[in-house]
Amino acid sequence: MIKYILQRLFSGLVTVFFVATFTFFAMHAVPGDPLMRGKAVSPEVRANLEALYGLDKPIAVQYGKFLLNMVKGDFGISFTQQNRSVNDIIRDSFPISATLGLLAIIFAAVGGVTWGAIAAINRNRLSDRVIMFAVILLVSVPTFVFGAMGQLAVSELNQKFGIDFLPIAGWGTLSHMLLPALVLGLGTMAFLARLMRSSMLEVVTQDYIRTAKAKGLPTLRIFVRHQLRNAILPVITFLGPSIAAITTGGFVAEVIFAIPGLGRYFVQAVQQLDYTVIMGLTVFLRSVSCFYGYSCRYSLRFY
Amino acid sequence: MTQSKSPPGSLPHNQPSSAALGASLNQFTANDFLPANRAGLTSGLSRPSLSYWQDAWRRLRKNKQSLASLFVVSSLLAFVFLGPLVWTVDPNHQDQTQISIGLSMGATAIVIGDRNDWPGLDASPIPAIEESTQELGAPANLRTVDVVSTLGVRLAWDPVPGAAAYAIYRNEIAPEPDRLGVPLGSTQAPERVSYEDNESLQTRRYYYSVVAVNAAGVESTSASTLDLDLKPGMSLDLAQETKADAKEGDIIALRAAPLGTDSLGRDLLARLMFGGKISIFIGLFAAFLETLIGAMIGGISGFFGGRIDNYIMRVTDFVLGLPFLLFVILLKVAMGIGPGESGITALIIALVVLSWPGAARLVRGQVLQMRESEFIHAARMMGARPSYLLMRHMFPNLLGILLVSLTFNIPSAIFAEAFLSFIGLGVAAPAASWGSLCNDSIQNILTHPHEFLAPAITISLTVLAFNLLGDGLRDALDPKMRANE
Repeated sequence: MIKYILQRLFSGLVTVFFVATFTFFAMHAVPGDPLMRGKAVSPEVRANLEALYGLDKPIAVQYGKFLLNMVKGDFGISFTQQNRSVNDIIRDSFPISATLGLLAIIFAAVGGVTWGAIAAINRNRLSDRVIMFAVILLVSVPTFVFGAMGQLAVSELNQKFGIDFLPIAGWGTLSHMLLPALVLGLGTMAFLARLMRSSMLEVVTQDYIRTAKAKGLPTLRIFVRHQLRNAILPVITFLGPSIAAITTGGFVAEVIFAIPGLGRYFVQAVQQLDYTVIMGLTVFLRSVSCFYGYSCRYSLRFY
Repeated sequence: MTQSKSPPGSLPHNQPSSAALGASLNQFTANDFLPANRAGLTSGLSRPSLSYWQDAWRRLRKNKQSLASLFVVSSLLAFVFLGPLVWTVDPNHQDQTQISIGLSMGATAIVIGDRNDWPGLDASPIPAIEESTQELGAPANLRTVDVVSTLGVRLAWDPVPGAAAYAIYRNEIAPEPDRLGVPLGSTQAPERVSYEDNESLQTRRYYYSVVAVNAAGVESTSASTLDLDLKPGMSLDLAQETKADAKEGDIIALRAAPLGTDSLGRDLLARLMFGGKISIFIGLFAAFLETLIGAMIGGISGFFGGRIDNYIMRVTDFVLGLPFLLFVILLKVAMGIGPGESGITALIIALVVLSWPGAARLVRGQVLQMRESEFIHAARMMGARPSYLLMRHMFPNLLGILLVSLTFNIPSAIFAEAFLSFIGLGVAAPAASWGSLCNDSIQNILTHPHEFLAPAITISLTVLAFNLLGDGLRDALDPKMRANE
């Protein structure tokens, strides 16, 4: 078991290492440099700045330093936000993204399993068709459309009844989280519902279900103990990658709902070409998603 | 597709029994040796003989959902590529008379002549300001001067004796006398009895109220109110472009905008077609390229196997691990495309470079499976070269899953383009795509939702139609599904 964990950990580290290396060299191969933007600087100032960011050293030294700092967990200083290190940004905003992602994944998992099971039980009936069409619809609508529509709907509701049911943007209380989490989780929920339905349909035809029925077990018990427990396996396998995708990929929801999470900083950094932040966040997000993916696969071994 | 030959004994018009054979031999005539009538035979078979693609097409047509989505896809293509021939409005023309209006047909504008800055009206003789803080009356004869329009409203009124100034209010619903809200402005000099309002006027009804203010700065409680229905104003020059003899005060019909206009006065229907061209082009082109490249690499990987296969699979793992956003940014910078500029080529390259592994894995799996099947072995035994095997035997068998994978890749490419344009990395002005149309209009979503909804619904509909079509194609092209019928 320990060997398995170590193996997984090692392959995760290799992935992160490759991504970091690619990011580093790609960033340096790109023409132009971050210090030249904005106003022209005198050679002395430029030399000082280069010394500050370590840009005066040969590229191999820079690369070594980059890797060493990364191992130490130091991603450097932002180019555009003065005196703010990438670590500060991660420390401040990752908990927010993680909370939002967790809420979204709970919503997606519960909804997906429920709808998928309902559709499978009522196979080929009207409710099954309606659910399956809704699933395809949910997969086909971009997150930003859901986000904007959600905002619009809530603001209409708030206006109509004169009370604030839910805030439409910002961060702070649980009520701020509900709408973004719903929007963020809808796509995954649809996918999980589809997965759950097909896996339920497979389980229903198995021999052990027939045996259970023949033994005279109550329907509810068959459903919960034998059908659901077996059908949920592929959903759990898929949950790992989707937790990673949701916690690290909430860019759109965070931008639309003005949530100060990692995704918003990432998009901001992308728009301002803030190299250190882009690099640091990429490596960090990749490590997070590797961790989630492997820990989920690992947890399945205990199932 | 030729009918297999039936043994002569089963021919319906000639069934001799063995006992009567000798006797019946003499009964044969020349007519009995004519070719059999095959038309009559087909009716005896349970199913007409169909080729693989004919059968797939038959099953696709039977599926109402995929038939509907096929219809939607073709209408969308017609809308985007043939639509501009019918609706010839320039998508980049900014019409200042129609800004952020909703669905509009038969709207009119009022022509405003060349006008100078308005000096305003002064009361004469100048009324004396009374120092006392007495209650003042409401200004009488509140009226408009010149033609009113969204370009400006000029108000004038009769002076109130003793007033030191006047406060002007603008409301969008009929105000109660003691609740006028926040003043729009006030006159500076006591003799001034006019006011010009041109602050972000919209095409709607406004209620203007004027209140006299006494020397102590206290507003009187009585106000006079005037309600005005504003029409969009159009300058004389602009009006004369469509109607040569237009003059001030004329009512001119505005160009119809079936989906309304955006915040710069551009026709949304025209912009939707204009943006759709880029969205659909990216979707089709990127999906086609990534499927093609993926199929070639996957085919090589699966066909040759061994070490080549191993290396190629490691490369796909690495490519799948690359961060998409970062890749797009780097590509844009490397190609010299600044932030805020359209990078359609960069976008397509990024999509293709990062998405081919999906198709490659699919094809590799199929080829690996096929490589061990009997018909390939047979062909190899007969001395077929690898290229012949690939092109003649494997490719036709892969066409089905490639088509399905292409159909599913199109919506994901459209999705990716919309996402990138939405966060400002993809298509930017003056070009437009459905994603960038959404990005442009999301700031105004609470005030003008139609600007956002039009492109948003179109994207969703397109992706939905392609997804349903892909589902239908997958079912239709899967020979195993036929057993369920």
